[in-house]
Amino acid sequence: MTNSAVPQRGFAEAGADLELVGITKRFPGFTAIENLDLKIPAGSFFALLGPSGCGKTTTLRLIAGLEDATAGRILIGGKDVTETKAYQRPVNTVFQSYALFPHMTVLENVAFGLRRRRVGGAEALAHEALSLVELDHLSARKPAQLSGGQQQRVALARAVVNRPALLLLDEPLGALDLKLRRQMQIELKHIQSTVGLTFLHVTHDQEEAMTMADTVAVMNKGVIEQMGPPEELYELPHTTFVATFLGQSNLATGAVVTSTGTTVVVDVAGQKVSVPRERTRRHNGEVTVGVRPEKVALHATEPARDANRNVLGPGRVTDVSFSGVSTQYEVTVPALGVFTVFAQNTSIARMHHDGDEVWLSWEVGHTFGLADGDASSPASRFLDDTDTSMIATQRREQLETELEEA
Amino acid sequence: MAFGAFATATSAAEPAARRKSPVALLLLLPGLLYLALFFLVPLLSLVITSLQQPDPLVFGRFENAFRIENYATVLAQYWPQAVRSFGFAALATLFALLIGFPLAYFIGITLRRWPLLQALALVLVIAPFFISFLLRTIAWKQLFSDEGPVVGFLQALAILPGDAAITGSAFAVVFGLTYNFIPFMTLPIYTSLERLDLRYVEAGGDLYASPASTFLRVTLPLAAPGIMSGTLLTFIPAAGDYVNASREFLGSTETAMIGNVIEANFLVLQNFPAAAALSLVLMAAILVLVSVYVKRSGTEDLL
Amino acid sequence: MRGFGRYAIWVYSAAALVFLMIPIIYTIVFSFNDSRRTNIVWRGFTLDNWLDVCDAQGVCQAFGNSILIGVVATVLATTLGTMIAIALVRYRFRFRSATTLLLFLPMATPEVVLGAGLAAQFLQAGVGKGIGTIILAHTMFCISFVVVTVRARVASLDPALEEAGRDLYASPRAVFWRITFPLLLPGIMAAALLSFALSFDDFIITNFNRGADVTFPSYVYTAAARGIPAEANVIASAVFLLAIALVLVSQLSAAARRRRLAKA
Repeated sequence: MTNSAVPQRGFAEAGADLELVGITKRFPGFTAIENLDLKIPAGSFFALLGPSGCGKTTTLRLIAGLEDATAGRILIGGKDVTETKAYQRPVNTVFQSYALFPHMTVLENVAFGLRRRRVGGAEALAHEALSLVELDHLSARKPAQLSGGQQQRVALARAVVNRPALLLLDEPLGALDLKLRRQMQIELKHIQSTVGLTFLHVTHDQEEAMTMADTVAVMNKGVIEQMGPPEELYELPHTTFVATFLGQSNLATGAVVTSTGTTVVVDVAGQKVSVPRERTRRHNGEVTVGVRPEKVALHATEPARDANRNVLGPGRVTDVSFSGVSTQYEVTVPALGVFTVFAQNTSIARMHHDGDEVWLSWEVGHTFGLADGDASSPASRFLDDTDTSMIATQRREQLETELEEA
Repeated sequence: MAFGAFATATSAAEPAARRKSPVALLLLLPGLLYLALFFLVPLLSLVITSLQQPDPLVFGRFENAFRIENYATVLAQYWPQAVRSFGFAALATLFALLIGFPLAYFIGITLRRWPLLQALALVLVIAPFFISFLLRTIAWKQLFSDEGPVVGFLQALAILPGDAAITGSAFAVVFGLTYNFIPFMTLPIYTSLERLDLRYVEAGGDLYASPASTFLRVTLPLAAPGIMSGTLLTFIPAAGDYVNASREFLGSTETAMIGNVIEANFLVLQNFPAAAALSLVLMAAILVLVSVYVKRSGTEDLL
Repeated sequence: MRGFGRYAIWVYSAAALVFLMIPIIYTIVFSFNDSRRTNIVWRGFTLDNWLDVCDAQGVCQAFGNSILIGVVATVLATTLGTMIAIALVRYRFRFRSATTLLLFLPMATPEVVLGAGLAAQFLQAGVGKGIGTIILAHTMFCISFVVVTVRARVASLDPALEEAGRDLYASPRAVFWRITFPLLLPGIMAAALLSFALSFDDFIITNFNRGADVTFPSYVYTAAARGIPAEANVIASAVFLLAIALVLVSQLSAAARRRRLAKA
């Protein structure tokens, strides 16, 4: 096997860029990915985040070479690998079900890739990789004798040992319990910075994506909705989907009434909401504006008007749930619907009770304006999600998940 | 394994993602051609043979013809043996179920807490497969023989009259068939009971079902695929068996089954058309019975 | 089931197991009978039958034929059946239901029909019957059982394992021989053992297609009329004890392993 794309000797120096150009994937009867462009710089920890059926697993399988793209090109380190077979690509995957070979020991599992490439000293390198995940003492065991967390780490070592230009992680923590997941998130992040490889992490867990990745791409219906550092995605979502999938958002839609050089003012059901010009994707016509629940303050009496704060109300508290650190309120504002407010329990301040009349306020600087349409009508928001191709995609992804779990 | 054949077939869950590839043809063709050549063509040979007529010039030779009345002739001549075959097979299946089901329940459920004991009991059920079934049948024949211990004991107790015999009777043949097929009945039932999640049974009890109704409504339906496999694996070969009913083993001329008649016609009398016609009658009858049974049981996906 | 019922099933099952063992024990005991001509009445203990197994005319020849037929038919049936099983699980093709019917029918056909059919075919084709025709017949009825056994194993094979192999630089050939095949091996071995057992103990189909050649079961059948020599009991007992020892070791060690895992 003398393919130049595969690192021949030992460990690669560093990760490589990944570039997807106009990737389309059609399955009989539906399209999973439509004209996808994506560039992941070398050495980064990149998360592809989306609900099941968004096409993220298909994207991963295309990059790994386990599926063939209908159209488009895949480049790794500038080299076109679109036509390269899976076993010749400098890419390794940590599978969702780990896919450890049950008939081999842990050491044989980890050395498998090196041996296929006839790398010298495969065993020593495998021990080294197992030390990295702190499992070298179990190298003689069979996978069935390991716990879920240990299997996960072996799977990671088995992939990392090959020093691939690109490491793909397919929901690798999905099968672990919450505590172990948190621990593994930190370890994975640590290993990534130690080995300096490019990590592409596919997940539906927004918290996991935000904790671990340098860059998060939110994917929906085969398209990337928004991409950027986690803080940016959270603080300034561009679309309704990102605003609601990544954390929670309070959204309201209305027509622009004034638009100055710095501020755009939107009339939502008779109340004015201001949004900084640079924080909104649209500047005229119908605009959906929003704010994160923890940015919103509650007032028992109508607060004094302030140019730096948006005020809505009055509304009525319809639900209170106390969770220790914070309290979540549901406030129903006539004509605008339900707003969610997270209040930190920083003082033993006056609590608001079910049925209380309240006003909402938040800093204008925390407001964002979205690129897409009417958020208040659920029909328009979810219509696309339930069309047949979406259902088909979801079926397909579910099947794949089941197959990998089986 | 053979005994689990029907059971494994019904339960194998398969991934739906199948690919289309010329490799499939390469994998399938040799085996399917083999079966076509040595299963389908022989059936065709049987059909042709069954319609042959005696060669008028050479005695004992047959020439191709279309003598459909061969079927009427063999049915008129051998209907008692045919009826007896299905009767014996049905009785043997029933008795094997009466012995096999509790045994399977015992091994699959009662012994679950003792894995070593369970493994041992399972080995005992499989054990008869490892010793020639002809010798096992001979063993029964000798145990039941007129000078043997069983007859002597029964005569001493005056249960059996002094001049009576067991071998050669319908009882002996059904007994032999039952004995022979107990493992075939027990193992598929065991396979389905072994996988039975005891929480279902507990849930039954939890939902105010009496042990009897839990058994009827929970355990029995879950064991149904195994029972079905077991009855098929017993009934089909039992109906075609001719060893137990043969004179050298447990039977006599009065207990002859259809298998004995086919063997005699083919290998001794060399009346090939009669043997072929009887074979096809037997096969057709079994296929009809099996398909009715499978349809009624609701599991059509046998393989 | 409580109280009496709990004991009843123990007693009933123990009785059933004892019942199953009676003719086996009888056969083994009578392999030690100082029988001379007919092995019907107990005449005293001897090891002679075990020491000079081949003394009885033709019994060792028949046994050797059975082993030969069993091995060849097993290799053929296991190969053909495994290929079909893989195709059935992994590939889409037309005539799937016809294929499964063709595989199911030999199992649902009484042996006497299979035997008579093959004999009629060989008669019409003018093929002389002997060991060759017995092998052809045994391979035929073993294929379906191999397919059923191996198919379950293929179906339970996680496709992600093969994908992981491809991902880890294994060529399609390496994936098959290093991952797929080793994982299918227990199923293939089980199928092979089953085939051998079916072939070794088959009498009915063999009897129609053996011509003048004798297998161990047909030897016993023919001898039954004039009395089976104790040497036949010796061979059957030896095969039985060997097989049971193998099964016991594997079953008990598997059970012990399960118990260890459950405790760990």
